Amino acid sequence: MLRQWEVLQLNKCIERLYNGLIKENPTFVLTLGMCPTLAVTTSAINGIGMGLSSTVVLVMSNLMISLLRKVIPDGVRMPAFIVIVASFVTMVQFLMQGFLPSLYESLGIYIPLIVVNCIILGRAEAYASKNPVLPSIFDGLGMGLGFTAAITILGALRELIGGGTILSTGSSALVDFTTMGYTPASIFILAPGAFFVLAMCIAVMNRIKKKHGMEPAQVPDYCGKDGSCASCSNSMCGGKAMIEAEAKKEA
Amino acid sequence: MNLLIIAVAAALVNNVVLSQFLGLCPFLGVSKKINTAAGMGGAVIGVITIASAFCSLIYDFILTPLDLTYLNTIVFIVVIAALVQFVEMLLKKTSPALYEALGVYLPLITTNCAVLGIALTNVQNGYNFIESVVAGFGTAVGFTIAIVIMAGIRERIEDNDVPESFQGMPIVLLTAGLMSIAFFGFSGIL
Repeated sequence: MLRQWEVLQLNKCIERLYNGLIKENPTFVLTLGMCPTLAVTTSAINGIGMGLSSTVVLVMSNLMISLLRKVIPDGVRMPAFIVIVASFVTMVQFLMQGFLPSLYESLGIYIPLIVVNCIILGRAEAYASKNPVLPSIFDGLGMGLGFTAAITILGALRELIGGGTILSTGSSALVDFTTMGYTPASIFILAPGAFFVLAMCIAVMNRIKKKHGMEPAQVPDYCGKDGSCASCSNSMCGGKAMIEAEAKKEA
Repeated sequence: MNLLIIAVAAALVNNVVLSQFLGLCPFLGVSKKINTAAGMGGAVIGVITIASAFCSLIYDFILTPLDLTYLNTIVFIVVIAALVQFVEMLLKKTSPALYEALGVYLPLITTNCAVLGIALTNVQNGYNFIESVVAGFGTAVGFTIAIVIMAGIRERIEDNDVPESFQGMPIVLLTAGLMSIAFFGFSGIL
């Protein structure tokens, strides 16, 4: 029999998973971490690889930061978080180089750049630095899986339209439409296609959100209704930092 | 001549935002008005150039002799964060006018993936000190060109009747996609 405290904990963990996957999906709802989202989604496999490596870093850094939340002084918390995240990213980079060299090759520079992914620092600042260990781990897991799901969908769409394959691994593919007479629109696996596919996905999300009476996705600098960022928890967002800086300047 | 090729390639052919997707957050977030976009661009030019120089020096003279090159991600991000803080303090003390114009953008740049991205690419390409600085400067100029054009287009979009689902983020991304196609034209010049 579970005690009340355990039930509460469990509920909180499940709520965190749902929050990351659906309610505050980092890619489609919060539009965070755009760089890897657009850069590596040339195929579904790349999307899965990038998503899972970010998830590992997110879970480990949330765990570490939550454990150290009472030790790290407030004034130097950002540099401290960055060093923690960078250490985990370096570990993931080596593991991938050793065990998955072909994936490492195709993700290239975007693996070390997980350090500056705003999702990771954003979660560290907004959640892990203020909450106990277990919910923080599940928060990282939820956000990471939400990110993985989103970029895998984007990768699969781009691969299907731009390459005519489903789950291609370079040499072989699960389904290959090019052998059935489909001519791939290769612009979709080039840079412009990334912008177009993401724009369409967010437009569809906006439509769904509208039906449920939610706010559509905005460009980060005026997420709030009145142009304020007061209610937002993402301290790494460019718009928020700028509005705060401008307010400081006026004061 | 070699340096010129590096600079042009970094600024136009492999445009940092439109073909490498680095620095997208400020590109999308700070491109509402041309003035602020230009200010952001100016700050980015300064920071990326200085950061490329420092990272290149640290890599060549500290990390390589000590066999610590595998630590480059951690070292570079710490150096960049410290450097941005230092530049902000220096500007505040020495040139209040310049600080007024560019200072607000500096905190935004620390976690801009373009800065770390360039430092890492320079190392990957095996550039020496001068090549790194030129590549950094070229990249930052490319960023400024892209963000200022984007801000100009967005000022016009404000007056247009955009379909409801495309308002906000989607229309900006579509614009970026079209700009990206235009920049593809530069790939023929080298």
